[in-house]
Amino acid sequence: MQNRLAKSFPSIRARGRGRRLTGWLWCGFDSRCLLVLAGLSLAVGSPFTANAQEYYAKARQELVDTIASMAAETQRETGRKAFSEAVIKVMAEVPRHEFVPENVRDLAYRNRPLPIGYGQTISQPYIVALMTDLLDVQIGSKVLEVGTGSGYQAAILAELGAKVFTIEIIEPLGQLAKERLKRLGYGNVKTRVGDGYYGWKEHAPFDAIIVTAAASHVPPPLVRQLKPGGRMVAPVGERFLVQYLTMVEKSVDGGVTLRHILPVRFVPLTGGH
Amino acid sequence: MAPLNSPFDDSLRPPLLSVALISAAAVGYQVLLLRLFSIIQWHHFAYMIISLALLGYGVSGTFLALAGEQVGRRFRDLFAFNAALFGAAVPGCFFLAQRIPLNPLELLWDPLQPLYLALLYLLLAVPFLFAANCIGLTLYRFRRLMGRTYGSDLLGAGTGALGMVGLLFWLAPVDALKALGAAGFAAAALSLLTGGGTRRWLAGPLFLAAGLLPFLLAGPFTELKPSPYKGLSQALQVSGARIVDERSGPLGLLTVVESPRVPFRHAPGLSFLNPSEPPEQLGVFTDGGGFTVINRYDPGGEAPRYLDFLTSALPYHLLRRPSVLVIGAGGGTDVLQAVFFQARRIDALEVNAQMAALIKEDYAAFSGRLYDRQDVRLHVAEARGFVGGGGVAYDLIQMALVDSFGAASAGLHALNESYLYTTEAMERYLARLNPGGLVSITRWLKLPPRDSLKLFATAVQALGRMGVAKPGRQLALIRGGKTTTLLIKNGAFSGPEIIAIKRFSRERAFDVVYFPGITPADPNRYHLLERPLFFESAISLLGPAGEDFIDRYKYDIRPVTDDRPYFFNFFKWPLFIELYALRGRGGFGLLEWGYLVLALILLQAIVFALVLIPLPLWAGRRAKKAERPPRPSMRVLIYFLSLGFAFLFVEMAFIQKFILFLASPVYAAAVVLCGFLVFAGLGSLFSGRLLSSANPSLYPVVGIAVVVVAYLFLLPSLFQWLTTLALAAKFALSLLLIAPLAFPMGMPFPLGLARLGEERPGLIPWAWAINGCASVLGAVIAALLAIEFGFTAVIVMAVGFYILACWTFPGSAADGI
Repeated sequence: MQNRLAKSFPSIRARGRGRRLTGWLWCGFDSRCLLVLAGLSLAVGSPFTANAQEYYAKARQELVDTIASMAAETQRETGRKAFSEAVIKVMAEVPRHEFVPENVRDLAYRNRPLPIGYGQTISQPYIVALMTDLLDVQIGSKVLEVGTGSGYQAAILAELGAKVFTIEIIEPLGQLAKERLKRLGYGNVKTRVGDGYYGWKEHAPFDAIIVTAAASHVPPPLVRQLKPGGRMVAPVGERFLVQYLTMVEKSVDGGVTLRHILPVRFVPLTGGH
Repeated sequence: MAPLNSPFDDSLRPPLLSVALISAAAVGYQVLLLRLFSIIQWHHFAYMIISLALLGYGVSGTFLALAGEQVGRRFRDLFAFNAALFGAAVPGCFFLAQRIPLNPLELLWDPLQPLYLALLYLLLAVPFLFAANCIGLTLYRFRRLMGRTYGSDLLGAGTGALGMVGLLFWLAPVDALKALGAAGFAAAALSLLTGGGTRRWLAGPLFLAAGLLPFLLAGPFTELKPSPYKGLSQALQVSGARIVDERSGPLGLLTVVESPRVPFRHAPGLSFLNPSEPPEQLGVFTDGGGFTVINRYDPGGEAPRYLDFLTSALPYHLLRRPSVLVIGAGGGTDVLQAVFFQARRIDALEVNAQMAALIKEDYAAFSGRLYDRQDVRLHVAEARGFVGGGGVAYDLIQMALVDSFGAASAGLHALNESYLYTTEAMERYLARLNPGGLVSITRWLKLPPRDSLKLFATAVQALGRMGVAKPGRQLALIRGGKTTTLLIKNGAFSGPEIIAIKRFSRERAFDVVYFPGITPADPNRYHLLERPLFFESAISLLGPAGEDFIDRYKYDIRPVTDDRPYFFNFFKWPLFIELYALRGRGGFGLLEWGYLVLALILLQAIVFALVLIPLPLWAGRRAKKAERPPRPSMRVLIYFLSLGFAFLFVEMAFIQKFILFLASPVYAAAVVLCGFLVFAGLGSLFSGRLLSSANPSLYPVVGIAVVVVAYLFLLPSLFQWLTTLALAAKFALSLLLIAPLAFPMGMPFPLGLARLGEERPGLIPWAWAINGCASVLGAVIAALLAIEFGFTAVIVMAVGFYILACWTFPGSAADGI
């Protein structure tokens, strides 16, 4: 039976004369290089020009226009007809590209989340606008942020005229954000590295709280540090992918309501038969 | 007819030992990759890894077609060269692959990610190519001793599959990788030593390289680089957090972490009305994910009251001092909860012995000697086997957020197959309950609702199958901020019980979703949704148009069965299209991405197949300019394509079937791979005896069909009956069961090749490539079909492919269709 099987193989003989083994092997590596090159060519061209700021400002405005136009569509889920003018205005002012690492700077004005190192991300701009809008921040509001991350959300809140207190548990990330916010002139943001579970007692209560740090539950101490009439927003989901937002509202008499909000207009059931 | 005599000098002997070693290392590498990928990425890559090996083998066919005459003159050099390259490539390519910035979470955002995935795919296939070259070279060079070479190859491969599982008991995955690299160099040295010739002196340095490799491969480049977005990586970023313990085994890498400065406070879905904080906790990660905690507990001290403010505490408000079975004990939180509620008897079930040992031994004092208590019994066992095995009845079967059970332990759990949440599972749970007892299942809350609805639908189906006329009377569902808890009662809920459910929920600001007699005023009070979606859906699922509702629901919430055990998959293509359009508004967050990875891998495999299938034809033409070039035949294409699909369909389906029996996807993959390799190899050696008949493929195909159909009916009850056997006995029995199936399955391929060798030898490399590519595609397509239609359907399709193959057996009709 072995001979029978053997019959199948001789035919392989006498093929590929003069073709060297090494030559063939290199084909494999060449194709890899090609893939990398193809990948690189897909990447967006960098704004190498001297007018980088202008380039960014234009890209930012386009992004903000897109986001503003989306708000109306999600009215039913979010209860907002449109994002408030103030939110849209600050989104057009805060330079998001300053808050992301060099290697993803060109993508700063895409409407997408970006990695910022340390396993953390900067949220999708649309989600930032939505959360900020839900917080309903006024000039002079005291806002607590748990999870500073890049500092972008804090800058947005500060630009709205709020006094921002922000806590980060990852030390180097907190340091980076602190320096960045200082360099960009956000004097009304106070940063701290540490545990955010108990909020920031010295400055409590707050008009608004935003919790971007992952947690297995809404920390009760934070609910207690919310002023009557205040609001707390926390995104729920994986990194890069926000599934829904939890909003806690404290009424004037101290009663607490929680709301789960989908960021998009999405009805899980098709129309009918 | 092709000449049988080898044109080569026959003073050489085939390097059988090296062949066996390389084959063992190659299959071991495959099993190991499953483990490594569970640790550094997520388990979704399992199917890619299975197809990787086949890709390497497919490419090697073209290599052989091109290498041609060189083989005769330079066999020893080529063999040793390829073996050494295999040794270098196994660790080398993996460490390089770790540098690729692949991030599946960004797959939807970043157009470069699919390219990274392709790059990873190619890079990891390289070692398989070298291994396949070694074997192909030997088969080709020693044609007259082909049987012995083939035998060494399959025996080695079979040993490699099981050997790796053994090796993982005492070597960390990354060390096992280095050991495989050393095996490659050792095989190269052995081949030179046993083969004779002038280069024997090279064996010394190669042996030295093999010995030193594991020690030379050190430093940061050779460390595992888990994704920074996995739970463990995230936890270690927190200042003060550090790893205090690690346990490595085939079921997973356990990492114990303490975080004194920022405590874990892991309490999923804890009510915001909870008055007291969780105690100090140690985090335990399985493969860098699958998070569970060990609570510090002092039996004489303060009670962990927070355990009463989780949705999973609900059943304890309906039962007084119950006897409890905790499924997936993990770090012991649910056991502690049962202790807190003074359960009369607590049976804790944990599948991973190393996990159990952490609480029983290493952190016994920390956990308050939880597993040494009089009222607690620890069982290291898999849930389905334990529950189905008979024994005492319980008042409560508690299963809270059990994912780590399979999902994290998992190489082969692509898309998270789970046999814990199927209709059959629920029937078994209910059968183990005392009258009035409860099954309580807690899941993470997802919005829009999907897994709690899928669970509800599955429970409705299970009760229906058990002959319950009104399943709605035996079900209750509540939701908190982040979790949902479903109760299934062995009997109808009573009035006082319903009052208790309402009171429990109200006092913790949880929402009731469903209980018998619920009115629209009851749900959606504390965690407000724009519409009471959970409630409405539960009512629809119980109503007469339940199936219609499931069809119309945008997520896949069909009841889960053992045949289609994809509890965690909710993907539907229209859903993806809709959410893709909504990506600017955060639509991607509403999607599970595992299925997409699989789809992308299929797309990749198709591209590779389209390139690889015609390649040998082209190579053949180049090499045979003077002679008649091989002309492609539709018959040959269909025959070898069908065989590739059929073989992989059966193999994938049986790996799945054996997961339930062997309690772990890693065990199942190792045993099934081993069985199929060895017995299919024997079958192919035997197949020569059939060649004299007109269509020799008829016998094996009939054999396969008979065994497959018999197994479809027999295996479930056989597994159920034998579920309490010891693991070693289960391994042996599994191999015995695979034998009669794999034996005939090994025949059609060599039969086809042999017939081709007689009639159209020029097409052999082409057939080789077709079969390789079909196998690559088959592995992925089998998974996609199983998700949609279930494994029975996959097996039936496989039989269909075998019949098609039989019908198109080369040369059995007019030559060349």
